Amino acid sequence: MENIITASGLRKHFGSTRALDGLDLEVRRGEVHGFLGPNGAGKTTTIRVLLGLLKADAGTVRLFDGDPWNDATSLHRRLAYVPGDVTLWPNLSGGEVIDLLGRLRGGLDNKRKNELLERFDLDPKKKGRAYSKGNRQKVGLVAALASDVELLLLDEPTSGLDPLMEEVFRQVVAEEQARDGRTVLLSSHILSEVEALCDRVSIVRDGRTVETGTLTELRHLTRTTITAELASPPDGLADLAGVHELHVDGTQVRFEVDTPQLDAALRQLTAAGVRGLVSRPPTLEELFLRHYKTETNGEVKAEVAR
Amino acid sequence: MNTLAGTGALVRLILRRDRFLMPLWVVLMALVPMFLGSSIKQLYPTAAAVGEYARENLGNSTFIVLYGRIYDTSLGGVTFWRASSGMLIIGIISMLVVIRHTRVEEEAGRRELLGSAVVGRHAGLAAALIATICANLVLAVLLALGLTGLGLPAGGSFAAGLAWAATGGIFAAVGALVAQLTEGAGAARGVGVTVAGAAFLLRAVGDVAGEGADPSWVSWLSPLGWMSQMRAFGQEQWWVLAPAVALIALLVAVAFALQARRDVAAGLLPPRLGPAEASAGLRTPLALAWRLHRGSLIGWTAGFAVLGAVFGGVAKSAQDMLAGNQQLMEIFERMGGESALSDVVIVGTMGISALIASGYAVQATLRMRTEEAGLRSEPVLVTSVGRVSWALSHLVFALFGPLVAMAVEGLVTGLVYGVSVGDPGREIPRGLAAALVQLPAIWVLAGLTTALYGLRPRLAPAVGWAGLGVCLFLGLIGAAVQLSQAVLDVSPFTHIPKIPGGDLAGVPLVVLVAVAGALLALGLAAFRRRDVPVA
Repeated sequence: MENIITASGLRKHFGSTRALDGLDLEVRRGEVHGFLGPNGAGKTTTIRVLLGLLKADAGTVRLFDGDPWNDATSLHRRLAYVPGDVTLWPNLSGGEVIDLLGRLRGGLDNKRKNELLERFDLDPKKKGRAYSKGNRQKVGLVAALASDVELLLLDEPTSGLDPLMEEVFRQVVAEEQARDGRTVLLSSHILSEVEALCDRVSIVRDGRTVETGTLTELRHLTRTTITAELASPPDGLADLAGVHELHVDGTQVRFEVDTPQLDAALRQLTAAGVRGLVSRPPTLEELFLRHYKTETNGEVKAEVAR
Repeated sequence: MNTLAGTGALVRLILRRDRFLMPLWVVLMALVPMFLGSSIKQLYPTAAAVGEYARENLGNSTFIVLYGRIYDTSLGGVTFWRASSGMLIIGIISMLVVIRHTRVEEEAGRRELLGSAVVGRHAGLAAALIATICANLVLAVLLALGLTGLGLPAGGSFAAGLAWAATGGIFAAVGALVAQLTEGAGAARGVGVTVAGAAFLLRAVGDVAGEGADPSWVSWLSPLGWMSQMRAFGQEQWWVLAPAVALIALLVAVAFALQARRDVAAGLLPPRLGPAEASAGLRTPLALAWRLHRGSLIGWTAGFAVLGAVFGGVAKSAQDMLAGNQQLMEIFERMGGESALSDVVIVGTMGISALIASGYAVQATLRMRTEEAGLRSEPVLVTSVGRVSWALSHLVFALFGPLVAMAVEGLVTGLVYGVSVGDPGREIPRGLAAALVQLPAIWVLAGLTTALYGLRPRLAPAVGWAGLGVCLFLGLIGAAVQLSQAVLDVSPFTHIPKIPGGDLAGVPLVVLVAVAGALLALGLAAFRRRDVPVA
C-alpha cells in the first residue's frame, strides 16, 4: 500500500536537548495511525518536521510525493493540522478563524462546516479571547475537519474536550475515514481513543520508535492474562517458560503468559481440570506501559492520561 | 463569611507581584515635577524671568489645551502647571494597576483559585484599591519632598503632591468600577482610557472657553479640572480635596455594589460578539495582518495628527521663544540645522516625531515575534501561505504604517503652522517633505529588528528597542554631551538631510534605503531557513 508519510532515522536537537533520536514512522494511505508516547517523547517535534516548520538534523522524510521542508506550501494544500493547544487571535471570532484558515488552505466545505459546528455545539460568534480551552480546540477541529484535504495531522486534538465532545470527535474521525478514505495521523495519550480509532499504532519513547504495527500485531508481542478455577491444584505451571506473575490460591490461579507459550500453559490447566476460565488480551495501556517501565525498579516513568 | 477576609494577604501579594513595577512608576512620576521645576529654574533663573514667561503664555490656547491655565506665576506655580499632564498619566497608571489586579486576575482564572481559599468576595478589589491608593500617597510625599528640595514652599509642594495623589485615587476608583463591567480586561482598559480621555478633553475645553482668569463650568465636570483648581503655590484651595475624596468613596461604593451582584469572571456588560462567518475579503495573510494591525495603525495615526497639531500650533511661539533663548536655540539647531528659524522648529520637531514613529515601526515588526511566540504564526504557516508572504504581510505595516503616520503629521503641522503664519499653501508641502524625508532612517530600525527576528528571534525585541534607544540617546543628548561625529553617525537619523531649509542630499537617503533593504532581505532569508516556532 502507498505510504503518505515515510520518515526514517529522524534526528533533531534543540541546543543540548535531543528531541528526536532516529525516529521512524510510516503512515499508509487511508489509515488512521495512532502516534503514542508520553509528554516530551518527540511527537510534536515529529509533526512539526512533517509540516516543514522544523528542519530535521538528519534522516529522511517524505510527505505525499514531496519534501516537507522544500515543498512546504504546495504540500500544505493537501493537509490540515490541529495542534494540542489551539491559539486564536483575540479579536477574531471563531467563525472568522475557521473560514480564514480554510480559505488559506485552499477550500472549505461550507455544508460540512455548519454540520460540524452543530455537532460540536460551538458558537462561532464568540471572539477568540472569550473561548475556553475546550472551545478553542473545537475551533481548530472544525477548521481542519471541514477543509477539503487528504491528510489530517492531529496532535492531541481532544485535550480539553469533555467526554461528550470526545465521543463526537471519534464519530467524526471514523466517518472521515469511511467516507473519503482520508489519512489521519493521530497523536494522543488517550489510549481508549487510539484503541477505538486507529488501524495501526506507533509508540515512541525518547525520540525513537519502539513499536509499530496493528493492535493485533502488538498484542501478539505481549502477554495474555489468564484467571482460572481448577478442579485440583495446578502442577508444573511455575516451571513453564513464559509464565509470569503466577499466583496460586488453592485451586484458583492467575498468571500472565507470553503469547507463544499460551498453548503449553493451557495444556497444563486442562490437565488439572478447568472449572472456569477468563482470558484477557493485553490492553493498549498495558502495551504502552510495558515500554515505559524502567528496567531497574519497575516504576512507571511515563505520565499516562486515563 | 466576612467579605473582606484575606484582604491583608492579598495586599501583600500585590506588593510582592509589583515589587519592581510599583516603586518604578511611583518614583519616576514623583520626580517629574522636580525635574521640570529645575529645568525651568535653569532657563529662567530669576523670579522676574519666570513671571514674564508665565505672563507671555497666559493666553496661549495651545498651552491651555495641553496643560491648563496658569494660576500663579511663581516658579512653583509654573512648575505645577507645566507638570499637569503628569496628573493624567498618574491617573491612567493607577487605573491600569487596579484593573491588572482585579479583572486581569479574574480573566486569567487566578481569582477563582484564590476564591476557593479563605478570601472574601470583596477582598481582591479592596486589596487592589488599598495598594494603589497607598502608592499614590507615597508618591505625593516624594513629590512634595522633591519640590521642597528645589527650595519651593512646603505648603505648595504638598498641595501639588496631594492633587496628584487625589487624581490617582479617583482614577483608581474608576478602574475599580470599569473592572466590574466587562468580561475582558482589554475591554475594561478601553472603557477606562476613554473615561480618562474624556476627562482630559472636558478640562481642555473648559479651560479654553473660560473668561478672564477662571475656566468655564465645563472644567468642573472633569476631576482633572478640579485638581488644577488646587492652585498649588498660589492661593491654595485645599477644599478641592473634599469632592475628590467624596467621588472616590462614591465610585468605590458603586464598584463594591456591582461586584456583590455579579458572578466571579462575569461582566455586567455582555461580551461583544463577532460575525459567525468571515467576510469575503478575509482570505489572504495581508487581510489577516490588517485585522491585527489596524487598531494600532489608526491609533498611531490619530496620535500623530494630534502631535502635528500641537507642533504646528506651538511652532510660532516656539520661534519667538527660541529667538530670545540662546541655549534652546543651540539644542534646536543641532536637531534642525542652521537655517531659518521657522525651518529649525519644523525640522527639529519632525526629527523627534521620527524617533517616536520608529517606536511604531519596531513595535509593528515585533508583531511577527509575538505572533510566533504565541503560536499564532503556526496555523497560518501550515496552510499554503509561504513564510516570506506571511512575514511581508506584517512588514507592510511596519514600513508603511510609519509612513502614513508621518505623512499625516507633516500635513497637519504644515496646515496649522501655515494658518498661524498666514501661508498654508507654502507650509503644507514643506511640512509633508520634512516628515517624509525621515522615513529611510525609520526603515533602518525596522530592518534591524527584522534581521534579528530572522537570525536570533529571542533577541529581536531587546535589540530592536535597544537600537531605538541608542538613536534616541544620540539624537537628543549625544551632541549636547559632545560625542564625536563618528559616534553620532551610528544613528541613521544623523544622516537625514535637514529639510526644509537644508539641501536635499540624495546620497544618504539612497544609502539608508539600501541598508534598510539589505537588513530586511537578510532577516527574511534567515527566517526562511530557521525552525518555527522558536518559543
